[in-house]
Amino acid sequence: MEYVIIGNSTAAVAAAEAIRAKDAAGGITMISDEKHHTYGRPLISYYLLGRTDRERMKYRPSDFYAKNGIRTLFGVRAEKIDAADKKVCLSDGRKIAYDKLLVAAGSRPFVPPMEGIESVPCKFNFMTLDDALALEKVLSPEKRVLIVGAGLIGLKCLEGIAGRVKKVFVADMADRILPSILDGYGASLIQKKLERHGAEFFLSDSVQEFDGNTAHLKSGKVLEFDILVIAVGVRANVELVQDAGGKVGRGILTDDRQETSLKDVYAAGDCTESYDITTKTCRILALLPNAQFQGACAGTNMAGGEAHFANAVPMNAIGFFGSHVLTAGSYFGETYEEKKGDTYKKLFYSDNRLNGFILVDIPERAGIYTSLIRNRTPLDEVDFGSLKEEPALMAFSAQYRAEKLAKRV
Amino acid sequence: MKRIYVNEKWCLGCHLCEYECAFANSGLTDMVKALKGKAIRPNIRVEDGNGVHFAVNCRHCSDPICVHSCIAGALSAEDGTVKIDGEKCVGCFTCVLVCPYGAILPSADGRIAQKCMLCLNNSCGEPNCVKHCINNAIVYEERG
Repeated sequence: MEYVIIGNSTAAVAAAEAIRAKDAAGGITMISDEKHHTYGRPLISYYLLGRTDRERMKYRPSDFYAKNGIRTLFGVRAEKIDAADKKVCLSDGRKIAYDKLLVAAGSRPFVPPMEGIESVPCKFNFMTLDDALALEKVLSPEKRVLIVGAGLIGLKCLEGIAGRVKKVFVADMADRILPSILDGYGASLIQKKLERHGAEFFLSDSVQEFDGNTAHLKSGKVLEFDILVIAVGVRANVELVQDAGGKVGRGILTDDRQETSLKDVYAAGDCTESYDITTKTCRILALLPNAQFQGACAGTNMAGGEAHFANAVPMNAIGFFGSHVLTAGSYFGETYEEKKGDTYKKLFYSDNRLNGFILVDIPERAGIYTSLIRNRTPLDEVDFGSLKEEPALMAFSAQYRAEKLAKRV
Repeated sequence: MKRIYVNEKWCLGCHLCEYECAFANSGLTDMVKALKGKAIRPNIRVEDGNGVHFAVNCRHCSDPICVHSCIAGALSAEDGTVKIDGEKCVGCFTCVLVCPYGAILPSADGRIAQKCMLCLNNSCGEPNCVKHCINNAIVYEERG
């Protein structure tokens, strides 16, 4: 059996591990246009911050490929899938035959049309290790940086570089930072923290025109900067599957075994859509744990096993200068709120289920809330009144605790 | 694989396991120096309420969601034990976000996560909480 995996990040690695767990003999080939040993992609901001380094940010040990008997084709792009002939065509002209193929091709930066962008001499995206290494080369204490986009990527970049440059400006069309995971109050707490570290925000605003190192904002404000980071959003890499005739939406569509509409072609990670059990809709959940769950599921099925990934939910843990924002699920239904000092808790629930939560600087035992969302636990089976105040196993039945704490799980 | 299991009915809520855990992981040999006057941060936590007491620590799950979710490859499962490499951990707390038992905790300085490693990572060699539990409310044994 020949397994081919397009990708070398979380979903790809998880799939390779799952394949090897079931099939010790089959050939595994991993193809990536990045030349690096697999690394924790979200660690690129921690690298700039000095909290990790090239060696420690390896997602798996140095002997990962050798130990698992994986052939690596790195620094080359998979350009086309020939689904009829079961081959992957590479940018160097080679064709790689597969019995089972995984597309874990990730996503790419979305760069909207911006007037005058071509006149900006020093501009970056912030998604890959190469992006971070290139950005690092130009960082210096007298530089001013403009980040377009106050989402997860833009603000992690901010944290990574704030201490290494003179000034960081952030502009976003949204009226608050981190709009995908925070409400107005939560966002205001984190914004204040970032401002204390020298960041300056231009919200409900955007760049109307660039002129070299000058940005003219819609509001009329004018910013002089030395380095531009574009972190507006991402687009799923669906084209390989789409061009081969597979079904795609905003992401590649799969069943809950992670198989695409093309036979023997699977997909996992940021290039796919997931069925979010909180909103009951298909959407892109470009989150590292989700990529791992999908990749492992795909790998098991590719190797002849039977796995289903049927409880995807959004979940995010993100930190800024010692503050921690933990969120999961979706924000609808009735709410429970606690504001104590600079901490913030908000729970969202309806129809006897917890739908989502926001926790700012009260991370402890958040996973108990997450499990209620992922398991769609009926809230009348637990003491939700006490859980609202504190996530604890005391709120569950003695029988549940006996199952979890007195047995093998 | 031996693991720590909880006998909820026998737990007195004395919290001795918390102190023994903190001591075992302190790297010190003098309990007074290790614990006296200090806010302890054990990997095992006792919950108390309405006459019910029980200790919670890492279950070393057979399908560990923390390991699957770790963004840094800092968590791993080896020989049935879920381990954290504090050198690789960047303190994002995704593991804290996903552990259904609330058994992975931010470290005292908040820069990394910490968890029970069954005292295989310190000089005790076997779970110090179990060794010193006065009522066998936590045990270290094989179970199905």
